[in-house]
Amino acid sequence: MPDVEQRIGRWLESNTYHHSEFWDVRELVRAKEEAGLTISLCIPSLNEESTIGKEVIMFKSELMDRYPLLDEIAVIDSGSTDNTVAIAQSFGADTYFSGDILPDHGFQAGKGENLWKAIYQLRGDIICYVDADIKNIHPKFVTGLVAPLLYREEIQYVKAFYDRPIAVSGDIRPSGGGRVTEILVRPLFSLFFPELTAMMQPLSGEYAARRTVLEELSFPIGYGVETSHLIDLYQKRGLEAFAQTDLDRRVHRNQTTIDLGKMSFGILQTFLDRLEANEIVTGFPEFCGIFRQLQAEGRRYELLNREIRAEERPPMISLPAYRERHGRQEKS
Amino acid sequence: MPKDQEASQAEFLSEETIRSNRERLLGLREILLADVVMAAEIPAPTGNEKLCTRFLSDRFRESGLNDIATDQAGNIAGVIPGSEGRRNLLVAAHVDKIWPESEDHTVSVEVGRMSGRGIADNSLGVATLAALPLILERLGICLQSNLILLGTTRSFGRGDLGGMRFFLENTERAIAAALCIEGMNIGRLSFSSLGMSRGECLVEWDGQPSRTDLASSGAIRVIERFSDGLQKLAEAHAGEAEILQGSVRAGSDYGVPPRSGRLRFEVRSERPKRVAEVEAEIAELAAELGREFEGVEVVVETIARRNRGDLGASHPLVGAARRAMLALGVEPKVAPSISELAALLGHDIPALTLGITRGGDRHTPTETIELDPIFDGLAQLVAVLQFMDASGSEYGEGEST
Repeated sequence: MPDVEQRIGRWLESNTYHHSEFWDVRELVRAKEEAGLTISLCIPSLNEESTIGKEVIMFKSELMDRYPLLDEIAVIDSGSTDNTVAIAQSFGADTYFSGDILPDHGFQAGKGENLWKAIYQLRGDIICYVDADIKNIHPKFVTGLVAPLLYREEIQYVKAFYDRPIAVSGDIRPSGGGRVTEILVRPLFSLFFPELTAMMQPLSGEYAARRTVLEELSFPIGYGVETSHLIDLYQKRGLEAFAQTDLDRRVHRNQTTIDLGKMSFGILQTFLDRLEANEIVTGFPEFCGIFRQLQAEGRRYELLNREIRAEERPPMISLPAYRERHGRQEKS
Repeated sequence: MPKDQEASQAEFLSEETIRSNRERLLGLREILLADVVMAAEIPAPTGNEKLCTRFLSDRFRESGLNDIATDQAGNIAGVIPGSEGRRNLLVAAHVDKIWPESEDHTVSVEVGRMSGRGIADNSLGVATLAALPLILERLGICLQSNLILLGTTRSFGRGDLGGMRFFLENTERAIAAALCIEGMNIGRLSFSSLGMSRGECLVEWDGQPSRTDLASSGAIRVIERFSDGLQKLAEAHAGEAEILQGSVRAGSDYGVPPRSGRLRFEVRSERPKRVAEVEAEIAELAAELGREFEGVEVVVETIARRNRGDLGASHPLVGAARRAMLALGVEPKVAPSISELAALLGHDIPALTLGITRGGDRHTPTETIELDPIFDGLAQLVAVLQFMDASGSEYGEGEST
């Protein structure tokens, strides 16, 4: 255990950044050009009309028009029924319906699906994912994540972490957020992958990674995508492949406890699957995928059953259509 | 006026030129809108505008402006040097907002509009100032005059135009002409400032119930009488002066008569000296109430004052602004100002205040601006600026230092 603590300590020292270290966007553009890299931004969306416009404006203005750090901005939508797509288009983003990408592979509604299809659709050597629900959007949400990849070749995957106030009825609370991390994910990591406890917010929806890494990862279509990435990449390349960047604050919608329960269920499914696949724990029974919650109205109690599927998309590199589009070869 | 100068001014104000500029400025859309969002999400209450002036300072630096400096009043200024540099023109926007830091400054963006606290007053003005170097560059415009871009502090309330006043009293550059930018509304054409006095009536009661009405309502009763008195004065001066009652505060409970109270008001008039006359009558009203209510002190304090100023409707600068608006199909709306324009006119500097776009819900949490008309507002601004630049000494040749 002391070895783990030392390794975590060293990693925190060398691979944890603050976005302010990368304030000079001109310098980032220079580093990007010197490395001959291209960068794509993917914003996965589903009914985010209140925040998507500001995100697109901010990133297009600051990181394309003013400083050419990004080569493309794409909103990959799961079928919004509000004005998300129209707003994103009106401010200059490329917009795609997830179901139109790789149509032969069908369409699954879920954030992981959009992230996976972005690898096929987008062109960048680096793909940066930023959720569409951020109210206090700022260029640092991209610069803080892509900078370690531009400056350090050995880093493959950069996660964001925050001091996360949650917007409640227009007010901002000073603490909160990350409840699933602290109650579920961190205890599980502590038991099975202690080095991954170094990640401040393993579930944050903002991260950037090299295409060469993303194309080799499976993508759960639902809640487990962030957890699976961390475990799978850690198993392949160790903690040194990761970095994390402090982006200060992220103001977003609060999630209900009911929703957090669903999220936890999905993450747990993915986690248990990884334990078995890596033969860390074996002999699990087959899971039914039904998450059961109770709802009370007066003295009437109702059982709510929700099916949360643990489906996964395979590594993109395994798809011939992908290899052809991007000139990639599957590793033997 | 020399013929070539006249011809160039006519060119700047032609419908074809202005509309062509408007179309070319659409290419800066996201850059401008991102600046609006950033400026709006920075809290900048009057007297604590540092984060916003820092934002402008960074933008001025990125645009390569000269002589970027923050003065003792906290104003931020930068200079685009002119090709000749014999005159100095000023474009100013106040950076402070009416909202305290503790309020949520988040901006919402929809198709065709944005909303949020201070988005029109004056985040759009600040963003326009930040983008002006890029705007001129995009249009290939190099002014003969030096152009000073100034973000001013302390505009609202007790700030009393402190930033602009400090700048004008201390700048070493003589200003030949100036434009003030406000986010809304496009078509606004302010070339005069009202005489104005802004005051507070403060009521303090010693808590001794010498009268029945004080025992049951405390300072509220006196404030009410003062308010009635202001209303009567307003009726007496109708047509020559306006008295506006803006806010009242007293007490904090349900069953405790308050010991103190405050009423804020503003006196405005287009007639010289009339504001001072009304002020004297208000002071007498306060004194009368102090005598009438035993144990009550009634004090009137002047918070801010503006002298009346007028560039005149026939001034060439006013005519140029009218023509620019009409070329864009915008109907000019003449409206006297009580903001930075008053300080400029008070220093005999030919100046206008122009609005940039249409908007609504001013000074509410959902203050809104429309996005498409912004480009009319920018095209109008550029046309008037070019007109000012091409004008010679007919409205003051300021010596550059």
